[in-house]
Amino acid sequence: MKKYFSFFRLRFSMGLQYRTAALAGIVTQFTWGAMEVLAFRAFYETDANSFPMSLSATCTYVWLQQAFLALFAAWLMDNELLESIINGNIAYELCRPIHIYDMWFSKSIANRLAKALLRSFPIIFIAACLPAPYGLSLPADPGYFLLFLLTLVLGLAVTVSFCMLVHVLAFFTISPRGLQMIFVSAADFFAGGIIPLPFFPKKVQFFMELLPFASMQNVPLRVYSGSMTEAELAKALGLQILWLLLLLAGGRKLCQYGEQKLTVQGG
Amino acid sequence: MRQNRQNQTRNLPCQKRSIRHSFCLYTHYLSINIRSAMEYKSSFFLTALGQFLVSFHVFLGILFLFQRFSNVKGFTYSEVLLCYSIVLLEFSLAEMFARGFDQFSEMVRSGSFDRVLVRPRNELLQVLGSKFELTRIGRLLQALAMFFYGILQSHILWTPGKIITVIFMLFGGTCLFSGIFLLYASLCFFTLEGLEFMNIATDGAREYGKYPLSIYGKRMLQFTTFVIPYALVQYYPLLYLLDKRNGVFYVFLPLLSVLFLAPCYLLWRFGVKCYTSSGS
Repeated sequence: MKKYFSFFRLRFSMGLQYRTAALAGIVTQFTWGAMEVLAFRAFYETDANSFPMSLSATCTYVWLQQAFLALFAAWLMDNELLESIINGNIAYELCRPIHIYDMWFSKSIANRLAKALLRSFPIIFIAACLPAPYGLSLPADPGYFLLFLLTLVLGLAVTVSFCMLVHVLAFFTISPRGLQMIFVSAADFFAGGIIPLPFFPKKVQFFMELLPFASMQNVPLRVYSGSMTEAELAKALGLQILWLLLLLAGGRKLCQYGEQKLTVQGG
Repeated sequence: MRQNRQNQTRNLPCQKRSIRHSFCLYTHYLSINIRSAMEYKSSFFLTALGQFLVSFHVFLGILFLFQRFSNVKGFTYSEVLLCYSIVLLEFSLAEMFARGFDQFSEMVRSGSFDRVLVRPRNELLQVLGSKFELTRIGRLLQALAMFFYGILQSHILWTPGKIITVIFMLFGGTCLFSGIFLLYASLCFFTLEGLEFMNIATDGAREYGKYPLSIYGKRMLQFTTFVIPYALVQYYPLLYLLDKRNGVFYVFLPLLSVLFLAPCYLLWRFGVKCYTSSGS
């Protein structure tokens, strides 16, 4: 456990070094958030009655999504890891007395946390200063805020374990770019990255909420503004834990299988 | 032996420096790229499929949103689809042919731009030829499907003027996006690495160009008319296509956006002049 924690720490402090990149990221994400808010405003002004959430809850969703993008964006793959599988550097890792899956998992989490830590606060701060319906509003109540933090951590873990599964697939294909793109775009869509899940038709939404993708950003971002009932919340939490366990178990098994079959070419 | 080598040089394609030969060189670059992409066929098709799915998911987003809303600021579902598909077509075309600019930061950082400069050919042509992203064919197909679907659904009465407008929109838009890629590349001379916030002007414009630009408010429309002229290839000609505005003026408006290439090209020239090699 201790060695995985030091992997985590090393990667975390490395992630904190890229401050200029973070500044550029903040500007980009803030603009994307603003455009998203403007688009939702246009829909709201056209037909307010068809809106499934209040405008302020929607805007809060958008801002939190942009602030915590680094935690949940499936496209934020660990390239170092993929490269090591492709160019064969993984052979070194295999010699070490560690479990590869656990090491990558802790590194991935550290990477995302460090990125989010640098980027989220400025975005949250600016968004909170925006005028009422368009900015980031306060959480529904302190209890919801605690739940938000809990589901945020669970959501991050589900996202990382899903991405790990996609990474591990690189063991079996030499050029993982295409597969990766297919999985990533599906994950982004089903997780509510393009439009929030409540905006889907009721039946579609019901099925989408059962998928592992709904356990990623969807739960914390909606819990924050209190737009989930208690029953929905209990179900969402249960699903998050279930999917996390399943994805972790699946990823580890596949990783072990991959390690056994692996042939390192080149020298 | 010596005789043989001389023959070889003579037979190399595209020897003389003229526009026709530049074009010949360009197609030669293209064919090299196609052949190298075809070496990894499964990867190529999977990536193309991935590209297809990325924009297909955006389309699904629009589809489901419009099951809830009948229109957005007076634009219906099919009209939005038409708008988005045209923007997507422009963007994919620009990305396929001007992808070299997108990866230019790598060229500057590794110093391989030096090699480009010592060759007796136009450096812009060489950078353009360095990479064609043919996997964007997936996105292009998706855009085409959406385009025809939008046309069938929106009951537009097609006149020659409107057909010309669409062609001008595609041409102007491809030039505009290529101009932005060129701008992005030119900035690399000064910053050495790609600037992430330029994403707003490329990917952001593609993503938010799915709705007619007027819905984002008056100021956004002014910005996209006078600063980066997206509205010239998207919003105004669209109004003409949908019979919301009349006048020959709107047909030729997209061509104005070609002017955007001029400042980008000037910045590029300036960048080439200032270039100090960074490689080892």
